[in-house]
This record gives sequence, C-alpha cells and structure tokens, in this order.
Amino acid sequence: MKKINVNGKMHTVDADPSTPLLWVIREQLGMTGTKYGCGVAQCGSCTVLMNGEAARTCVIPLSAISNQKIETIESLEKQGQLSKIQKAWVQHEVPQCGYCQSGMIMATTALLRKKPKPTDADIDEAITNICRCGTFQEVRAAIHSVAKS
Amino acid sequence: MNQLLSTPTRRQFMGGSTAMGFGLALGIPMLSSPTQAVAADAAPEIGVWVVSQPDETVVVRIVRSEMGQGTLTGLAQLVAEELECDWSKVTTEYPTPGESLKRKRVWGSYSTGGSRGIRESHEYVRQGGAAARMMLIQAAANTWGVSADQCTAEKGIITHSASARKISYGKVADAAAKLPVPAPAQIKLKDPKEWKIIGKRIPRLDTRNKVNGKQIYGIDLQFPNMLIANIKECPVFGGKVKSFDATQATSMKGVKSVLQVGETAVAVVAETFWQAKTALDKVNIVWDEGPNAQVSSESIGAMLQEGLTAQQAFVGNKAGDMPAALASAAHKTEGVYFYPFLNHAPMEPMNATALWTPERCDAWVPTQDGEASLASVIAAAGIPSDRCDVHKINLGGGFGRRGAFQDYTRQAVLIAKQMPGIHIKLIWTREEDMTQGRYHPVMACKLTGSFDANKNLTGVHMRLSGQSILAAVRPAVLEQQKGRDPLVFQGVADAGEHAFGYTFPNLLIDHAMRNPHVPPGFWRGVNANQNAVFFECFVDELAETAGIDPIAFRRKYMGDFPRNRAVLDAVAEKIGWTKKPAKGVFRGVAQMKAFGSFVAAACELSVKAGKVKIHRIVAATDPGYAVNPAQIERQVSGSFVYGLSALFEQECTVKAGRIVQTNFDTFGSMRIAQMPKVETIIIEGGGAEWGGIGEPTICVAAPAVLNAIAKATGKRYRTVPLKNHGLTLV
Repeated sequence: MKKINVNGKMHTVDADPSTPLLWVIREQLGMTGTKYGCGVAQCGSCTVLMNGEAARTCVIPLSAISNQKIETIESLEKQGQLSKIQKAWVQHEVPQCGYCQSGMIMATTALLRKKPKPTDADIDEAITNICRCGTFQEVRAAIHSVAKS
Repeated sequence: MNQLLSTPTRRQFMGGSTAMGFGLALGIPMLSSPTQAVAADAAPEIGVWVVSQPDETVVVRIVRSEMGQGTLTGLAQLVAEELECDWSKVTTEYPTPGESLKRKRVWGSYSTGGSRGIRESHEYVRQGGAAARMMLIQAAANTWGVSADQCTAEKGIITHSASARKISYGKVADAAAKLPVPAPAQIKLKDPKEWKIIGKRIPRLDTRNKVNGKQIYGIDLQFPNMLIANIKECPVFGGKVKSFDATQATSMKGVKSVLQVGETAVAVVAETFWQAKTALDKVNIVWDEGPNAQVSSESIGAMLQEGLTAQQAFVGNKAGDMPAALASAAHKTEGVYFYPFLNHAPMEPMNATALWTPERCDAWVPTQDGEASLASVIAAAGIPSDRCDVHKINLGGGFGRRGAFQDYTRQAVLIAKQMPGIHIKLIWTREEDMTQGRYHPVMACKLTGSFDANKNLTGVHMRLSGQSILAAVRPAVLEQQKGRDPLVFQGVADAGEHAFGYTFPNLLIDHAMRNPHVPPGFWRGVNANQNAVFFECFVDELAETAGIDPIAFRRKYMGDFPRNRAVLDAVAEKIGWTKKPAKGVFRGVAQMKAFGSFVAAACELSVKAGKVKIHRIVAATDPGYAVNPAQIERQVSGSFVYGLSALFEQECTVKAGRIVQTNFDTFGSMRIAQMPKVETIIIEGGGAEWGGIGEPTICVAAPAVLNAIAKATGKRYRTVPLKNHGLTLV
C-alpha cells in the first residue's frame, strides 16, 4: 500500500513497486486520459506534471514516488471550464486521432507555466512528443495563441 | 456526442434501403430477412442514415471509422447538407456491423482505408439525408393537408409559406418514420453551387473530449471484473509455439492464466497490464521458428535485385515499343532505387476487448473496418454470425494497420474463449506492435531512360521488383488478374484513380513480384509512396540528362493531363519557382495522381553538414470536391509528418527472420522541431470522380524533398531512409 498525491487528492494504491506510474494512474486510479505509447520515454503520450515538471510516467516506477504532486490531464478542466491551453487546442482544432494530445497538452502546460511567452526555439526544446497524425503545425499555432492571450 | 452503439430500440427497418449489391468479400453470410422490431420508445429512424429525436437532436449514422482523419465530421456534413437540419443539433453514432448484417448491409461498406470514406459513399449518404428530408416534409404536409411540393425545409424547420405554418423536424419525426423511404431514383441531390454545409470550414465534431482526457479509445475500456491480456506472437513470421514453461509466471501476483493462443502465440491474463506484461516476460517460450529464421535484409535485398533484370514481369503500363527505344538509344540514364519495410506505428498500440460465452461473443475494437472485425470474431468465436457483434471504439491512429488485418481481434477472442464470461482486454506492448506489423511492402526499382543523339527523351522503362500486398491479403484478386497485382502500379497505372500523369513516346512499367515472408500491409499512401519516390526522382534525373529545368521537363509530357498539370503549376507558382531562391536554399517538386486526387508538392530546403532543414513545403491537392477545407489542410500537413518521418528516419530491417526495430528509439518519428511550414492549396476540379484526402498527398513529400537534396548536395540518394546516408532532418 502506498499513498500518492494525484490531482490534489491522496490516493492509496496497491501495486508492485516496479509498476510504472502510468499504469498506476490508468489501472489503479482509473484515469485513462494519460496514455501508453511506447513504455521507453520516447513518445511522451504518458506525460503528467510532477511538482510542475513534465514527466514521462511510463518509466517512473511507483517506488520512486514519495510526496510529489502529480497532475494529470483530468485536472485541467475545472467545473466544465477548459484551461486556456485546452481552449486554444479546441480553437485551433489541434487533435486528429487525439491519442497523443493529453501528453502534448501536459508538456505545454509545463512549458507555459515556466515561460508564458515561449519562442519557437523554446517550443522545439520543450515539446518533444511524438504525434503520428502530424498535428505539429496546429500545436505550435495553439501554443503561440495562448502566449498572446 | 453518442459515438457508441445503436440501441436495440432503433432496430427498425424501413424498407427501400440502399441495396449494396456486392457480395461480402469477408465471407460473412447474408441473412435472408431483415429485423423488423420497433420498440414503442424508439427514437424515430427516418430512412437508414438519420434518427430524429423529439428534442430536435439529429443523429447521423456513421459507419466508416474516425481515426483522426476527420471522416466523421465530413460524412455528417454530407448528410446534413441534404437533410436541411440545424447543424448545431447534429450528433453521430456508429451502428454495429452485426446490426448492418441483420439489415442486409443497409449502410454499405464499413471499410475505412484507401481514402475511401467520403469519396465512395458521398452519393448514398447524401441520398440518405435527402430521403429523410423528403419524408419529414411529407409528414408535415400530411398533417396540414397540403402538397409536399408547397413546403420547404431549412435548419430543421418545415414551412408551408402559403399558410405561414411552421413545424420542427422533431415534431413530425414519428409520422415521417412511418412513411416509405424514397428510392434513389426519386431523389435529386443539390447542385454543388447550392451547398451550405459541404465545403465549409466547419469545426470537427469530436474535438472537445480529445483535449480533456475523456475520449475513450480501445485501450481505455473498462468493464466490471475485466482482465488484461498481454501476448507474444512468434517473432519469426510463419513460426509457431513449440512449448512454453509458465511455472514462474503462474505464481506471480495477479496472474490468472498463461495460455497458448492458436498455434503461434502465448498470452498471460492478469488483473493489470503490468502484471500481465512482467509475467509474460517470465514465460520461457520455445519457438519453432521454421525456415524463415534464415531470412535477413541482405537475403531479401538479393531476391529483389534478381527481380530487377528477371525475364518474367507483369505489365502495368505500356506505350510504343520500349525495348526498341532502348536498343536504338544514343544515351541512357539509369537509376536503381530501394524502398524499405515500414511499420504503421499508430500511437495507440493494437488492442481489443472480447467477451465470449457459449451463447454469444462481443468484441470492442478500435477498427478501420467493423465488418472485417466481425468476420474475424465470427471465425474465432465459433458462434453463428447472428450471435456475434463488434462495437467500434475510437482509434488512436490507424494508417492502414487496423483495417484488413484483424489479428489482434482474433487473438482477443481466442483468449476470451478460454476464459468464458470474462471481459478480456488484450493490449500489445509497443515492442509487439513494432515486430508484428503488416509492413509497407519492400520494393526495388530500376529505371532506364532512353535518349536520341540530341538528348531528346525517347522512352522510359520502370522495372519494379518486390512485394505484393494483394498476394498476401487478397489472393483472389491476383487469381482474376492471372497473378498480377494491379495495386503495385498506384500512381503509374495506365488508367483510373492512380493513373500515370505523363505521355512518353515509349513506356514500359512492369513488376517482377518477389514476396518475402514479412507480412505486407496497406500503409498510409500504400504503393504510391515508393512509386512517387522512384518515378518523380527519376524524372528529375531525366531532366538533368536533357539539360532542362525539372518543371519545364515535366510539362513537356503532361499535355494530356491538365489536372496533374494544374496542381504542379499551382505549387510552382506559390513556391516562386521562376524566382531565384535565397542563397543556400534549394527547391524540388513532385506530382502524382493517387486515390483519385491530383497532388503536387514543392519544397525549399538547405543542407549543412548532413543537417537538412526544410524551410517550407507547398502542397496542392485537387480532390474534385473539398468537403471540409480546414480538415483537408490538416490531413495534408499531417501526411507530410508521416511521410517525412519515413523518408528520414524509418525502416524495418530483418535479421534471423524477425524485425529488428522494436520501439521509437530505433524507429524514429518526426518531432515538432523538425516540422516544416506546410502551405496547402486546394483546387476543386469537380467532375464525376471524387478524390481522397487522407493519403494522396503523402506520396509527393518525399520525392520533392529528395529532388531538392539532390540540387543542394549534388548527390542523388536513391535509397531511403536518409539516416543511412548521414542525413538528419533538423
């Protein structure tokens, strides 16, 4: 049994300490917005925030979690109100299949908290997620539109 | 939006349905009579494509699969245009393939590949919308005791202007549902000039849940008491399980079962994915790898090399007398090209959920073809077709992997059959996904151009040597064609939706079929990908021999193909072809007809110390009709990400009979930093043929870039991916 802080709530989970945080979030907590894509921290579909930093949960074992504050995609929409970034995603119609977008949005959330007005180079450095549909043109436009708003 | 299942209460049959006459290639038997069950509380079904709810919501039936390409919204636009409903009230639903089967396939094909979703169904879905409108108007006219001709409909409101009476669709829906469905011959579709919803940049219907984590994909499904399975197929294609020792795995926490799946795979069923995966890693499996264990990329390369000069070959396109042109040539230009195996690698790995009992089998499948999934379920379940069904779930990408190939569905059912009464969700690891693909076919190509003494081109021979997808997937087609695979010639075919866009005095395009054991599949763009690389790069080589500008050279031979010419001209103009590029910047172009659309691309790039920076790509596409220009733009730029990822970073190589690359670390995919600026030109050429959107443009990105790299470096790269030549996309 282990206590973890996810989206402002303490959850008690029962899983092998080697279990990646991704699968704890998906299977123990039942929050499926965070996605499995590669399991080797390449694609970023599993990105959440840990103490405000973008983290790829497919390679972080439960044993490495102590009192970090974990935020998942499910935390961004509050009382039916999308976050600014999510609104920009809707406005720019970023998602195609949508599978990678939770990770893309969480990585962007981390970036914009640190750098509210990122340059293209900042975006290139911070957003390294894979999107096989190829939504990058819209992702970039959406990020800049949030920075301008 | 209700994307899920049509409820049994809507299982009413209106008669007069579109009779999709073609036989089921999938082997699903036809049922003799449709279901006729109308529940009292049924939401009225107006024809087969539209359900009109009392609250004025309009439900449009969608049978093609949404996997990101926007077909769900586009198809709804087509229906809504003719229905004259209020677009803001439109929702969609997927009728199940089982329901379709019971109703004699009233909704036609479920197949979502070949960029066919809209282009092959636009007429009958528009007729479906029109039929519903006619029935709703007739119902209102009957209520008022007037002629339907005197009534009009707009935004879901029917008006009888002579008496200034109005009534909404929801109010007459019950009465309309009881009326006969007009036959297609009675339906007159709108002239495209009258379109108000088709052709507009209407926002997609499925965006919101894709930004807040709520969209449910196959991998996200949850059922009470569900168990999770993880599987390993024999890594050598064609091999099977010899034996396996599950002692250690069986004792691990959460593990419920370690079992063999068919002759070729072993699975672990556990409470969670991680338990199943870690336990499967501890199962000691001994494979009978069979004769293919000796195959390597080198041996496949040699097989293809032999085909380049083989006597026997299937002819795909021919004009004049090419052997004679070669015999009398004063000059020859030759190029040998190679295109590798590629994995689809959709972001969501293969998965399916199945529930089997002796009485019935259901599967929940992220599928590009619900009917193919159902055929697979019926075969694996051993249960009659009327007691099987498939529930389509959103796909985290498809790209051709999840249509004709239902191996993952079959596996889920075979596992569920061994654990009756329990929902089994089978999830593949990325490693399984990478090594158990249905790969882009491998192909080599030798091109020879013949010239006279004045460097005038006299002819071209294009010899393809490599794999046939249809030989593996649709052998019946090959039988009809006396062994020939017509699909191999996509983009260079003698006619049709993949017609060649040049006229040469002499021409021979032929194919020596060489089929390695690696299973081939339809990979976004299919055979147009390699044919565009081969031919459109070689055209630049011919232009160089002739000493003519690549676009001017192409135009010389495109007189018979004005729509190919129009897209080429459009990109040439927009990229500024006649103006000198900035210092260090080089340009390339390519054009082709693929999946019924005419496409071209022009790019500007620079190369420094092996680093390729693509500054911009201009793309033009003429699909005849543009149903949603905003989504077309996204498909074009997205297709370039897919195509350029392959060009620079991707290949699946073979060692000891198995695929070497196991994840995105060795099978790279483009990141945002590498994304070029893509500018899209949409040309609506009209005509009877509607072109596709999801795939056509992908094929021109790679040759346009390769042609520009040749200008920039002075080197012609004829094998891909470019990483093998030390070139990186930055």
